Order: sequence, then structure tokens, then C-alpha cells
Amino acid sequence: MTGPLLKVENLTKHYPLGSGIFKKSIPVIRAVEDVTFSVEAGETLCIVGESGCGKSTIARLLMRLVEPTGGRVLIDGTDIAGLKKDALHAWRRRMQMVFQDPYSSLNPRLTAGQIITEPVENFERLSRKQRNALAADLLQKVGMSPEMMHRLPSELSGGQRQRLGIARALALKPSLIIADEAVSALDVSVQAQILNLLLDLQQQMGIAFVFISHDLGVVEHIAHRVAVMYLGRIVELAPSEALFAKPVHPYTEALIAAAPVPDPTRVRLEVPLEGEMPSPINPPKGCAFHPRCPLAIERCRIEVPPLVPMADGRVVACHVRAPAERQMQPTHVDLQLGH
Amino acid sequence: MLMRESAEDDVLLDVRDLETHFYGEESVTRALGGVSFQVKKGETLGVVGESGCGKSVTALSILRLLPKLTARTVGGEVRFHGRDLLDLSDREMRKIRGHRIAMIFQEPMTSLNPVYTVGRQIAEAVQIHTNATHSTAMAKAEEMLRLVRIADPERRVNNYPYEMSGGMRQRAMIAMALACSPELLIADEPTTALDVTIQAQILRLIVDLKERTGTAVMFITHDLGVVAETCQRVIVMYAGRIVEQAAVTDLFARPAHPYTQGLMRSVPDPRRGRQRRLPEIPGIVPSLREPIVGCSFAPRCPFAIDICREKTPMLRDVGSSHAAACWRAEEVMGA
Repeated sequence: MTGPLLKVENLTKHYPLGSGIFKKSIPVIRAVEDVTFSVEAGETLCIVGESGCGKSTIARLLMRLVEPTGGRVLIDGTDIAGLKKDALHAWRRRMQMVFQDPYSSLNPRLTAGQIITEPVENFERLSRKQRNALAADLLQKVGMSPEMMHRLPSELSGGQRQRLGIARALALKPSLIIADEAVSALDVSVQAQILNLLLDLQQQMGIAFVFISHDLGVVEHIAHRVAVMYLGRIVELAPSEALFAKPVHPYTEALIAAAPVPDPTRVRLEVPLEGEMPSPINPPKGCAFHPRCPLAIERCRIEVPPLVPMADGRVVACHVRAPAERQMQPTHVDLQLGH
Repeated sequence: MLMRESAEDDVLLDVRDLETHFYGEESVTRALGGVSFQVKKGETLGVVGESGCGKSVTALSILRLLPKLTARTVGGEVRFHGRDLLDLSDREMRKIRGHRIAMIFQEPMTSLNPVYTVGRQIAEAVQIHTNATHSTAMAKAEEMLRLVRIADPERRVNNYPYEMSGGMRQRAMIAMALACSPELLIADEPTTALDVTIQAQILRLIVDLKERTGTAVMFITHDLGVVAETCQRVIVMYAGRIVEQAAVTDLFARPAHPYTQGLMRSVPDPRRGRQRRLPEIPGIVPSLREPIVGCSFAPRCPFAIDICREKTPMLRDVGSSHAAACWRAEEVMGA
């Protein structure tokens, strides 16, 4: 197979605010703006950023739980946005999702066994014997005992529920799992268990992950590559080690500096970033980060910085740290915002 | 007695053998099984542990904010300026709560009243505990918003909570908590719901205000990073008991309880290698509905020996101002 497993091109999602039948223009939330990245088979790509940066919208767009406003999502070269219902159904086998909250993402009336075999039964009929064998196998894969298949979610701990969520995602033997804050609600000791499980599964089954998280410690631990998002756009995308060793975008730098480190001998010099993320309804012109950026120059207030490739294989969108060789033409989005 | 070497007049809050039970339909949950610790004047004491370890119940028991129908503090003392808070009448307790001991919670949206402006809520707190007039109380509210570095406080006093961001609401909560200059601020996971850059701002604010006002802070959190950055002393809780207490640098340098050690090792740390399996604490926390024989951590503990399964270890000194409830603490510290 050639080419990446997942390819995302210029993905954009605007949520209209209200339905303005008579109004000429409706204000929109620019949740995701012109996002491009790819994921290789067996790779972990982490998407980091703070609330409202668009990372969860990307997860929903990848699963096609919401329709994109623009751009393409290609799996093995096929654009899933164009697929009709039946074809999409088949493609969903390739991609599964694990959610943040192991309490609300499991049907409380189904047993553990029913929950994890349900995805398969969407595609084929299983005899009771087959179903039990499948459930037992999946439970063992996620480190739970097969007897657990008769339990209800309410009889399980938070960590066990998240294991069920992962077992359900594994049921269809996907090549890609999208995990949206999959360990954020868990205690650290349980989080370690689940992260180990994900690493094991990747090694044994070659699963690729799009791992969405706000926790930089977790991201640094499991990511091969990291995309940093701010207000709907990727501002930096780099191999994990390079990103954490030397962040280039000032937002990446601030984000890494802001994460608390469990080392009391380390002295924090100053608060890395003042102010808050602006509203995606009316984002700042130019670089969305410029109102909080210590490095901002005049150009940042006017022009959206393009993602510029750097020598070490990363891309960065910053006029100061990664200036494009030549003046870029204002993008389509600029023109929209400009009037 | 243990860890009471400090002069008594240094001690602001002295909690002794606090025991709190929750009552279900058919069972009793022993949420706190005898918790003893002190908060000294002006210090920041961290309380860490995972869900269900009793850290929030400790705070609610101190302030007597437990749900009346389902929970009761069945034993112990909470000494504040020599008086046991558990003996006070409801009326006397109300004078202390919000005035001399204040509390902030994890989710500022649910702890602020959505139908009143933020200014009015701060002013109300001031008026309950002082005889300030409405206009001086409102002026105080504005001053407090300025103190917690909310931009444009003249305008923001008239905002409703929904008009503020999460970070700003937590600032407003802190403003309200500090409006009456409490001697102790209990902060229960105050930054857990916030983004990291906002968390860094709020942590810095709490540390700065503490230094300026001399308020002691009891900082409840599950995040060891937050503890390392804000606290001077730390207590670690597990299954309704304190398993270790130490100065923050000692705790991180030489954890003496296997649980503390396990907790620290399970936090991802790139210095120990990426994409490697993390050291796990096997198993899950015990149910507090059944009585626990021996050490409650023994079933998950790599150090456990026979005595651990038979006798409950008491908190004992393992260094200067460092105590752990473990039969094998010395060996754990060497591991």
C-alpha cells in the first residue's frame, strides 16, 4: 500500500449561529479552518490545544459524525465525504472512536459483552456462541477477565469502563482509532494502565491513533508526531521529540511552559501567557494568536501566516519565527474577514 | 505526639482523628477513617490522592458542608483557634464559614448563582460578615475583582456568571472567597476544569495573593505537578486515610509510602523514555463499605509482607517532618 492511511486536506467546519432565512449573512463559529495533515499506518498523531481550539470537531469530522464545510478526508485515498450511506458504513469498519467519558459513552442497559460485540453485529449475524467467544477475546485483549461480560457498566470502575470503550473500538479490527481525550477523566494510576494498553495494542496490531488531548505530559509520552491547534488552525506540526525539545511557534512554547511539572525544585519564572483564547465567532484578523503573542509584529495583525515547512520536518505558521520566503497573497479567509 | 513538634501557636487548624461515614440504603461507606493533620498559619498545604480517597470529604467535613441526610462526621475534632468546629451551633458555624475559613470549588459555574451579578454576590458575602453598607460592599467587590486581576472591574461587577469565561469565573470565586480576608482558604481542585495556560495564571494568582494576605491555603488536587508548584507541605491520602505527609521537596525526592511512589512513577515523564510502558499500580482502590483488615494498600503493594495484611500501619515519623503509614517505609525510601 502506498500513501498515508489517513489524509486530511484543507478541512474546514463552520457552524452557523441560528438559521437566517432572510438575513444575507449569518455569523458562523469557525471551529476548524483549513486544516491539513496525514497519518501513516501504525503511527500516533496527537492533536493538542485548549478548549475551543477545534480538536474535538476534527474528531467528529474524521468519523463523519458532522459534515465538513470544506476540504477532504481521505482514507487509503478514498474521500469519505463523497460516500453514500452504504459505502460509508463499510468504511466505518476501518475507523473507530474512543470517547472521553466512560460513563456517558456506554449504554447503561447493555452488558459489557453486548456493548463490545455490538459493532460487529452491525455487519454480520453472530450466534450466541460466536458472540461469547468474541466478547471473551476482546475483554482479554484489554486486560479484563471474560467473566466481566455479564456485568453492567454501573458495576464497573472508571478504568474498566474505559477498557470496555477500547474493546468496543477494537471489535471491528480497525486500522485507525480516534481517541478524544480518552484518558483525561481517569486518575493517574488508571491513566497509566490505559496508556500502556494503547501502546501494547499499537505494537501488536499496528493500529494508528489520532489522539486528541490537552495533557502535554500524556502527549509527549505516546505521540510520534504532534499537531498544535489554536482557534481552529494548526499552528505547528512536528515530530514529537523535536516539538518538545524546541518548540518554534510562540503558542507551542507557552503551552509547554504552562504545563505544571511534578518537580518542586523547578522554579517557574513567570506566567507563560496572559489573556485568554478569543471567540471563534469573531476571530482576530491576521494571526489569531497575535493579541496574546509577545513577538507580534505589524504583519501578524494583517495576514494569516501560512504553514511553512522547516528543515527538521516540521511546519510552523508564524510570521516571526517561520517567515515565508515571499509575501503570500491574502487567503480566501482574509478577504471574507476583511470587509 | 507525632508531628506536633511545632509550636502550638503556629497551628491554625488542627484536625484530629476525623471520621466521616456515608450512609447508603444497605451499607455504610467509611469515607474518612481517622484523619489527623495540621495547617500552619500562612502555609500552603497540599492534599493529594485519587478519586474517592477522601480529600474532598475532608474539606467538607471541616466546613460541615456534608449532605445532612446521607453523611455524618462520627468522630474526631476540628480545632480552629482552640475551639472544636464540630461542637459549634449552625449559627456559629455560619459566622466562620466564608469569613474566617473560605472555600473555592472545581466548577465555578455551579458554585456561582446564575441569576445574580458577580458583583452582587461578592458584596453579599461581605455584607453577611461585616456591617458594610450596600455601596461600600459593592466598592469592595470591585476592589476584589481588581485584586484578582480581572480586566475592566468597573464593568465586570455588573456581569452575570454566564457572561464570563471559565478562567474569569474562577477569579471571581477567588475574589469572593478572599473578600472577608479569611485566615484559611480551602481550594478543592480549583484549576482542574481550566486549560493549562489559564491554570498557570490562576495558580500564580493564588500563590501571589497568599503571599500578600498571609492566608493559609489547603490545596486539594489530584495533580502532582500542581502540588509541586504551589505547596510547601503535602499530605497524601489513600482509601480514607493519610498515608504520607512531608515537606514538598522531601516527598518528591524520597517518597516513603509505596502508594506515593507508585503515583509518582505512573505520571508520564519523558526523562524516563517515550512510548515505553509506564510503571502501573496494579488493581483498583478497595471498597470502603467493608472493613479493611491490615493496610488498605497491601493488595496492590509490591512491598507487602504478612504484617501488612494483618495490622493497619499508623502514621509514624520516617525523617524530620516526614511521616508515612507503612511498615516498610525505610525500605521504600531506599528503593
